[in-house]
Amino acid sequence: MSEIDELKQVATQVRRDILRMIYDAKSGHPGGALGCADIFTALYFKILKHDPGGFSMDGFGEDLFFLSNGHLSAAWYSVLARSGYFPVKELSTFRKLNTRLQGHPATEEGLPGVRVASGSLGQGLSVALGAALSKKLNNDNHLVYCLMGDGEQQEGQIWEAAMFGAGREVDNIIGIIDYNGQQIDGPCCEVMPLGDLHAKWKAFGWSVLEMNGNDMEDIVKIIPKAIEKTGQKKPVVIIMNTDMGYGVDFMMGTHEWHGKPPNEEQFNKAISNFEETLGDY
Amino acid sequence: MTIENEINNKLKMKKYSYKEKKDTRSGFGEGLFELGNKNSKIVALCSDLTGSLKMDKFQKQFPERFYQTGIAEANMMGIAAGLTIGGKIPFTGTFANFSTGRVYDQIRQSIAYSNKNVKICASHAGITLGEDGATHQMLEDFGMMKMLPNMTVISPCDFNQTKAATIAIADYKGPVYLRFGRPKVPNFTSEDQEFIIGKADILNEGKDISVFATGHMVWQALEAGKILFEKGIRAEIINIHTIKPLDVDTILGSIKKTGCGITAEEHQINGGMGESIAQLLTKYCAKPLEMIGIKDVFGESGKPDELMVKYGLDAENIVKAAQKVISRK
Repeated sequence: MSEIDELKQVATQVRRDILRMIYDAKSGHPGGALGCADIFTALYFKILKHDPGGFSMDGFGEDLFFLSNGHLSAAWYSVLARSGYFPVKELSTFRKLNTRLQGHPATEEGLPGVRVASGSLGQGLSVALGAALSKKLNNDNHLVYCLMGDGEQQEGQIWEAAMFGAGREVDNIIGIIDYNGQQIDGPCCEVMPLGDLHAKWKAFGWSVLEMNGNDMEDIVKIIPKAIEKTGQKKPVVIIMNTDMGYGVDFMMGTHEWHGKPPNEEQFNKAISNFEETLGDY
Repeated sequence: MTIENEINNKLKMKKYSYKEKKDTRSGFGEGLFELGNKNSKIVALCSDLTGSLKMDKFQKQFPERFYQTGIAEANMMGIAAGLTIGGKIPFTGTFANFSTGRVYDQIRQSIAYSNKNVKICASHAGITLGEDGATHQMLEDFGMMKMLPNMTVISPCDFNQTKAATIAIADYKGPVYLRFGRPKVPNFTSEDQEFIIGKADILNEGKDISVFATGHMVWQALEAGKILFEKGIRAEIINIHTIKPLDVDTILGSIKKTGCGITAEEHQINGGMGESIAQLLTKYCAKPLEMIGIKDVFGESGKPDELMVKYGLDAENIVKAAQKVISRK
């Protein structure tokens, strides 16, 4: 089996995990999580230089990943567990009392893989920039990645961080924007038009790339290009086009599934799209 | 000689004096610079107020460990949180209102909930910011910061203590809010003091009333103590430099002895130190308590000393409150 096929198989299982976790918890955010299953898989199973078994908060000598749009927690927890940060069976505790798998990611319960709480939007890129500066001070030449939402681009702090990253030449960071065009109240272009995101990030001084976040071939082609652009006195951002709810036809092309769990019938219909490739938790 | 007179004579008042008035923010600047010299993990961030915060000496000596963020406090708090990942100890510096209200959610999620080792250093706190007026006079910061789980809240009283506190919080692991001010005030605590987080300083022992003061109000409390002494009232003056966690033993020990108390702070009464102490007393030792602070109003422009008098944050008002609360015993 080719590497791409293997990654696709993992992503299929991640999508199963997302649906099962959210259905079981009767709450969560399936749309964005399904849309980002491919990038999460590519990062944790191919791109990141990391040590799942030996998680440390400081992450010396490792690439770091920050999830700014914390409501994608189900997808993140799935790849963290599947890549070895914690037991896969713990996914069954998602959003339940006494869990380490909080509704939005948190450090309080000590879940390996999570380095800062997120959920209140707009904060992750600033934290990631700080971690990137820390790496520079420590002469650690690993990279820092930060996934953000598109609706999140409406937060002012994002642009404070954008200005800082370019102004201070933080060139060991790669931001990724999940551009699915949907947010809670509707399409981004209606809720608050984002304008030309590519031009905006470029104008702020970042190297900007685009990729199809639901095409594994494109992801593993573009991210190495982004990595090549690091170390050149400019931060890097990838505008990643995705479909919210990717893989489940009735969840795609709408904002309706941003933060709603499926009922039994919808769950059965949705899960039938994804083969149990790695074994359910 | 009656027993009472004997006790009164034993309770001789310690006299505090000072050579010069100095601003607490300069104590912070000195402390930060000293830390920079002895610990390479110390990094500092400032959002366009380097001179006001007296961080310029650190900036000049350690440019590679200093981050000017521009006027973007939310981003500064996030970057500070990120810098802890990799073992750095970040000190953020800006005015108290930009250190708290403006960035409350960033502190709440990225620093307090995430339990990051960030030291939030806030200058120009309180009404003594003076002429710039109410927009800049932060009077709600104790409340906002003490409500956050994981957060330690510190409010030193003079230059020497602010310097000592700055140095001490670097050795404590966890988020800290350090509050200080703009004007020059009596520098009366010792230069070589040991600052222990959470340990209140009993500056004068007394038997008739406990005065719990913090920040600039500590000197006012000492001045009030002198006036009260002349009136035959022996006030126990306690410097509450740590608002959270409170020194429960010292506070309760004092109030059990004196039977009544006053709290004095350059902060709203709502949500302030006095409220924390009242909560403690209600639970363990209910005694009459008067609270001196800002009475649910915004400040205004004026000279620091004038504002202190107008808003009742002076020795004279402490004396009045003392007489009132003693009569309630």
